[in-house]
Amino acid sequence: MIALRNLRKSYETAEGRLEVLRGVNLDLGAGDRVALMGESGSGKSTLLHLVAGLDRTDSGEITIGGRDISKLNDRERAAYRRTKVGLVFQQFNLVPSLDVAANIAFHAKLAGRHDPPWENELVARLGIGTLLTRYPEQLSIGQQQRVAIGRTLAARPGLVLADEPTGNLDEANGDAVLELMLSLSKGTGSTLLLVTHSQRLADRLDRQVHLRSGKIE
Amino acid sequence: MKMWTAATALLSHWRRRPLQLGALLSGLALATALWSGVQAINAEARASYTRAAVVLDQNGLANLVSPNGSAIPQSAFVRLRRAGWSVSPVLEGDYRFGVTRLRVIGIEPLTMPAETNTVDLGNAGDVLSFITPPGMLFVSPRTAEKMRGQTDLALRVSDRMLDGAAFIDIGLAQKLLRREGELSRIVIAENQRSGLEPLEKLVPTLSVREPNAETDVEHLTESFHLNLTAFGFLAFAVGLFIVYATIGLAFEQRRPTFRTLRCLGVSLSALAVLLLAELVLFAIAAGAVGVAIGYLVASLLLPGVAATLEGLYGASVPGTLSLRPEWWVSGFAIAVAGTLVSSVQSLLRLTRVPLLAAAQPQTWGRSWQAGRRFQVLAAAALLALSGALLLWAEGLEAGFGVLGCLLLGASLLLPTVLSGFFTVMQRASSRALVTWFWADARQQLPGLSLALMALLLALAANVGVGTMVSSFRLTFVGWLDQRLAAELYVAARNEGEADRLRTWLATKVESVLPILSVDAEIRGQPMQIFGVADDPTYRMHWPLIVGMPDVWDQVASGQGVLVNEQFWRRDRLRIGDQLDLPGDWKPAVVGVYSDYGNPKGQVIAGINALTSRYPQVSRLRYGLRIQPDQVADLRSRLTDEFGLPPGNVVDQAALKEQSRRIFDRTFLVTGALNIFTLGVAALAMFSSLLTLSEMRLPQLAPVWALGVTRRDLALLEVLRTLVLWLATFIAALPLGLALAWVLLAVVNVEAFGWRLPMYIFPYEWLRLGLVALGAAVVSVFIPLRRLARVTPSELLKVFANER
Repeated sequence: MIALRNLRKSYETAEGRLEVLRGVNLDLGAGDRVALMGESGSGKSTLLHLVAGLDRTDSGEITIGGRDISKLNDRERAAYRRTKVGLVFQQFNLVPSLDVAANIAFHAKLAGRHDPPWENELVARLGIGTLLTRYPEQLSIGQQQRVAIGRTLAARPGLVLADEPTGNLDEANGDAVLELMLSLSKGTGSTLLLVTHSQRLADRLDRQVHLRSGKIE
Repeated sequence: MKMWTAATALLSHWRRRPLQLGALLSGLALATALWSGVQAINAEARASYTRAAVVLDQNGLANLVSPNGSAIPQSAFVRLRRAGWSVSPVLEGDYRFGVTRLRVIGIEPLTMPAETNTVDLGNAGDVLSFITPPGMLFVSPRTAEKMRGQTDLALRVSDRMLDGAAFIDIGLAQKLLRREGELSRIVIAENQRSGLEPLEKLVPTLSVREPNAETDVEHLTESFHLNLTAFGFLAFAVGLFIVYATIGLAFEQRRPTFRTLRCLGVSLSALAVLLLAELVLFAIAAGAVGVAIGYLVASLLLPGVAATLEGLYGASVPGTLSLRPEWWVSGFAIAVAGTLVSSVQSLLRLTRVPLLAAAQPQTWGRSWQAGRRFQVLAAAALLALSGALLLWAEGLEAGFGVLGCLLLGASLLLPTVLSGFFTVMQRASSRALVTWFWADARQQLPGLSLALMALLLALAANVGVGTMVSSFRLTFVGWLDQRLAAELYVAARNEGEADRLRTWLATKVESVLPILSVDAEIRGQPMQIFGVADDPTYRMHWPLIVGMPDVWDQVASGQGVLVNEQFWRRDRLRIGDQLDLPGDWKPAVVGVYSDYGNPKGQVIAGINALTSRYPQVSRLRYGLRIQPDQVADLRSRLTDEFGLPPGNVVDQAALKEQSRRIFDRTFLVTGALNIFTLGVAALAMFSSLLTLSEMRLPQLAPVWALGVTRRDLALLEVLRTLVLWLATFIAALPLGLALAWVLLAVVNVEAFGWRLPMYIFPYEWLRLGLVALGAAVVSVFIPLRRLARVTPSELLKVFANER
């Protein structure tokens, strides 16, 4: 379903050009739950951003459902993010001006898949029913991550990309959030690519891939 | 050295954010400019009044005056001189030389105390020319220019004289003004012999007016200067909004620097001193620019102000500006004071926040949310106070109090009203992006509220003052049509010519309407009494406000008189009240007429009653009723027959045009100040949007990541700004109309003595709306360009770094 071929990406820095990804190749099947691991600066987040259509590759192909998203223009990539992908970041996931209820429905509405009963079920399973009228700044980091997961899954994306979603949480909260994510994504049949430093968390996923010096090992 | 190093670290913030520095300095400079510009104008005008008072009124010395304003018999002066008092007589009045009307001040140079320095006659020969027939007029160069060909009297020019006034010998003045044996006041020299009989015994009916007492002109123009000061302060307050917002953000953004400096051993007091020094430095720099711009603004506006003061109050103010320390020092002082006031909150926060507290630029500007309830309560209290002042208080200050409370209360209420509106719109929308649009607009309110309040004030001032001026203009033009009913106006140069003119005209026009007037003191105020013929022209056209049913019959019979609106309101006269006119004449008030543009009271009597009681009245001017198509012909025949100069024969159309021109020139200053205030508000908006654009990425990045293009986000940013402007503009309309109503029904009545009907001018609103729209587009341009250029990697940093 998802095929990355010879992906390359570099950035201009004060010290010169930094090559972050140097020919990444990776295949993910439908419903796969994969942990993407590697040291800091190995290019994990960059890879995730490229797959999410947030950034452009220097070269290489990202084929999703038979379509090369690296060749899409800005508008097409925005449509791709709206309809095909769900994103959970470590922080700043939520739209600060919307309350929890509106945040959860936001992506689903943008994707044209607004489904109130499904959103209610997610709210119940995530245990955030009492937070619906609160704003992101009134939530703890753990609560924010639950809402972000709810928003992502409410849109029923085919691909969920999570960049260290539990990085700011303590172990117990992190485990609880991950457990929810795994169980819910399994329920929706989404493919999950999750960036993490934690071997303990990675062990709970179907597969692990390691990125070192810009390449998949 | 340590301090210098710390200062360098603090100042580096501005090097990295030149636009923010520009906003701070320009906000402060503009605020100072308008304030000091207005102060410069006021200082110039007041200096001119003082000069006029010293030169023309001998205001540096005490004067003997009649308490009820009536004339002083010359015998009183003779009695004082005989008793050994060093006093000098003065007779004042308006006299028309051809078409030039002058304030004539009759003096007696031989007894006038030397310290008044009134007339420098140089040598004995000049004194002789001054006091012996035919006499001499002592005038300013400009007045001399206007007087050419208008009089046979010799003109002596002095730079010390003021425009529109002339010193002449008192004997000649009594003759010209037809007030033989009368005096207006008696100047008392400073040094008197000892052992003199007290004044109260010699002249018990007269009272002493102390030196430097407030003059009539100062009193009359007080409202105008208060008006200007209010405008200057409004613009200053709008400018300070920019300064407050910028300083608040800069302090918040520099909190990591403060934290680092303090960790490195810079004490809190040293840090506070450095920040204060930085602020004072900026205030002085911006103040200097502001004072310079203020000088320029004042120089540009002063000719208009001078025209206004002359048009409305007959006050002579030079059209050129002097660099007076009182206004440029006050300009610097207010720049520094305004900066310190705007930064008090930030400085206090600096001292209260714990050393290691993290920077939270996103929460900047939101502190008002905590105090929003207080803000609403304050707004309600101010609006209630405005209503209470309107109902129960009196006077010009109360009128401005109503305006101030109304404007401030409404502006404090604006953010809450807008927030409520956006909440309703958000709830009413179902589409995700539309919901977010309204929610995000509401979230921007804390950061923009000060700028929006400034904008509301500027727009409301524009709508209010614009409505007032346009209503005034419409009423004025209609009033002119009524008042200037005669087709042609002619002025003879002397009584002989006037006699010949009357005879000649008798067979050539439908009717001749004499325009006769005498100066008089009525109820202690200098006024004019006009005489009108019993003619259908007046019965059909004269703009009466109220009157008895047989008002014109009463006037014609001499039993009743008309009074102008300002006299009627000022003295709270009622129809039927008896007036005590000079010459023991006690007619009843039978009607009131509108008389715009005249600061003084006026009385209209029947022509026969006037001429019989004041036989000395000048009979030089006439209004002529003829068919409009005969005007040009009669005009040329008058010129040919009598050799009258063009200024002595004026047709109705020219007179109306001239009046309209004077009117428009009068309100030029108001228009200019309106535009300046709107400009400052636009800058406040620009500065706020620019400031907010630095904090927008964390708010926009999640929406972008979820599939909204940067282009769409940029368009929504423009749309949001336009919605905010439009909402503020709509809110400004009722506020502006309320402002106009207060100006027309309260302030104008107190300031000028006339009340005008209010008209609505939607076309002007449309024009103002378009100007505001243009300013909105300009204000959003740079922040928008910044957003449009943001790269995906910059947006992605939001999700990776602490911001």
